[in-house]
Amino acid sequence: MKTGKLSGLDRRAAVAAIAFAASGFAFAQQPSGPPIRIGSTLALTGPLSATAQIHKLVGEIYVEQLNKRGGLLGRPVEWVVKDDQSKPDLARTLYEQLVTADKVDLLMGPYATGAILSAMGVAQRYNKVLVHHTLGIPSLAKYDMQFPAWSIGSDPATTVPNTLFDALAASPKPPKTVAVVTSKFPSIQFMSAGAREVLKKRGLTEVLFLEWDFGNRDFGPIANRVKDAKPDFVWVGAIGLEGNLLLDAMKKIDYLPPQHFYLYPAPGPLLASPDARNALSATIFEGQPPFTSNLGAAEFVKIYGERAARAGFTDTSVETQAAASYTAWQILEAGVVGTKSLDDKAIANYLKTHKVDTLQGKLRFDGTGNFGDDLMRIKQIQDGKWVVVWPKEVTAGGAKLLAP
Amino acid sequence: MNFTLPSLSLLSQSILSGIFVGALYGLMGLGLSLSWGLLRLINLAHFAFAFLAAYLCYQLSTMGMDPLLTMVVIVPAFFALGAGLHWVMVRFRVMPFNSLLLTFGLTGIAESVIQSIWTADFRKLESSYAQQKFKLAGLFVPVPELITLVLAVGLTFAVWAVLRYTDLGRAMRAAAQDAPVAAAFGVNQKALGLALAGTCAALASVAGVCLALSFTLAPSQMYAWVGVVFAAVMLGGLGSALGPLVAGTVIGISEAITMAVTAPSWAPIVSFTLLIVILVLRPGKTA
Repeated sequence: MKTGKLSGLDRRAAVAAIAFAASGFAFAQQPSGPPIRIGSTLALTGPLSATAQIHKLVGEIYVEQLNKRGGLLGRPVEWVVKDDQSKPDLARTLYEQLVTADKVDLLMGPYATGAILSAMGVAQRYNKVLVHHTLGIPSLAKYDMQFPAWSIGSDPATTVPNTLFDALAASPKPPKTVAVVTSKFPSIQFMSAGAREVLKKRGLTEVLFLEWDFGNRDFGPIANRVKDAKPDFVWVGAIGLEGNLLLDAMKKIDYLPPQHFYLYPAPGPLLASPDARNALSATIFEGQPPFTSNLGAAEFVKIYGERAARAGFTDTSVETQAAASYTAWQILEAGVVGTKSLDDKAIANYLKTHKVDTLQGKLRFDGTGNFGDDLMRIKQIQDGKWVVVWPKEVTAGGAKLLAP
Repeated sequence: MNFTLPSLSLLSQSILSGIFVGALYGLMGLGLSLSWGLLRLINLAHFAFAFLAAYLCYQLSTMGMDPLLTMVVIVPAFFALGAGLHWVMVRFRVMPFNSLLLTFGLTGIAESVIQSIWTADFRKLESSYAQQKFKLAGLFVPVPELITLVLAVGLTFAVWAVLRYTDLGRAMRAAAQDAPVAAAFGVNQKALGLALAGTCAALASVAGVCLALSFTLAPSQMYAWVGVVFAAVMLGGLGSALGPLVAGTVIGISEAITMAVTAPSWAPIVSFTLLIVILVLRPGKTA
């Protein structure tokens, strides 16, 4: 018997077989059949649109990637996204429309706490699973088939400030006096209230507490009050550009806080401000090790950077918003793949009983309100970059919190 | 609500901040007051003009033009825009209440236009003025705010002088009081109306440039100014040139002191409380 060589006929047969197999394989990778339609709204216009654009880009990237690797259950995925104009009441109507008129197979959450709560009400009425990106107040999530993609734990008002003050306590200059200044934006205000409780329990002295309405125009008097209070550390309960506005006002009176933390800042603009040197913030993800070792992270950071630059975003890095958004899609995919179905109840049961591997690491949904662990980390602006500085196990290259 | 006894330096610095922001209230209110009092048109688009001018100032500055020099282009352009809008209103005989609705609609359109060109992202004009400040008697004086104060005071007194001492001003006041009689005395009401509407829009554009110098811009922010500027106009008296500046400064200082002694979130209440008190105690002195 001849071995090791194929005759001309055999070779042709083998080539044909390989070609057939390859084409068959390729055919199997192409999703087919009617698309699985996933419906959601985003604040594509209105005051929240700047951040919602991040979620739109992430959704587009994820659906493209998903369809390239065969879609869901062998079918292509189509994302139906509507503009809720940053209005929670409109989000409610549009989710109702997505379920009843568009008859989408699955739902994905909108952006911002108010719209998420509106969508949650609709999802509950129709027994639909709702995975959402960035719900800021976990205690408001009463529906048992909602799943958070932002890993802030069920009691972030205690756990996040504790993580921060742990980081500060381990720094070269632990603060003794604290000023808490905060926006009255709901998901900010309750975190700042938590920070006040935590700092008192830790024996720190609160030298100033101030609140302002969301949309406040004039930060000059607030800057004056902070300067007058002479705190070692300032907790700034800021959302979006409020942190930059406060820093601008402080600079006008020749003052910069010795140490300062910004809760949910627009990360790009704060990074760009020369006055935000050594500013602290919290994050669930940064495009640096060890975060980039998580499922899909390295590839996503690269693709997002390219696409965000092409879209003209001022900040092209992946941080909390983009990471939470990508995670939401990973959770929904895991539910469908795990159950091999589009049945909402089956997906919900699966997610409650299984950990899901995501960009943020392995997430669980078996805690209060389906929230798992608080994975918020502390980052600091160092040499013009956001660097994770706490806890030690997620820092890269021995990064430490700098205290001037 | 916690009251804190402020230090002298905190109180002085806060009052200075109040004067600066009050000057901007006054400058924004000046054109609105003239339009309401002399043309009998409630022009909500005044805020849209101010923000549009602020964004144009931002745009031209990013192209290398000095922010103050942008007024050479912006002010005449807005004069023409204001006069054009007034021509449309006269052409279609828009009544005062309808002018409120029409200009509210225009404001919404302007917001959408701004958003489509400059997006909903916040924009901050980075100019050489932004970093400039000096210390005077222990107080920090930021140059952009000082420019606003100088422009507000200068323009207010200029408009006041024109209205009081020139034939043009007298004709404008006469036309506002009794148009048919003024016309009988040879006052060309149509031309005066166009000139006045253009001036109001030009004043809005100057306020917009000042806004861009000191504040961060976002399209939706224009509505945050409506309430307080209306309060300044009504407190100052419709058609008055000096009134909005005086009332704006009072409101600005009151807000600043409120922020110095208690929660900043209480500050907006001050302007409206002042307005209600004045309306109740001196009803004939406002609108």
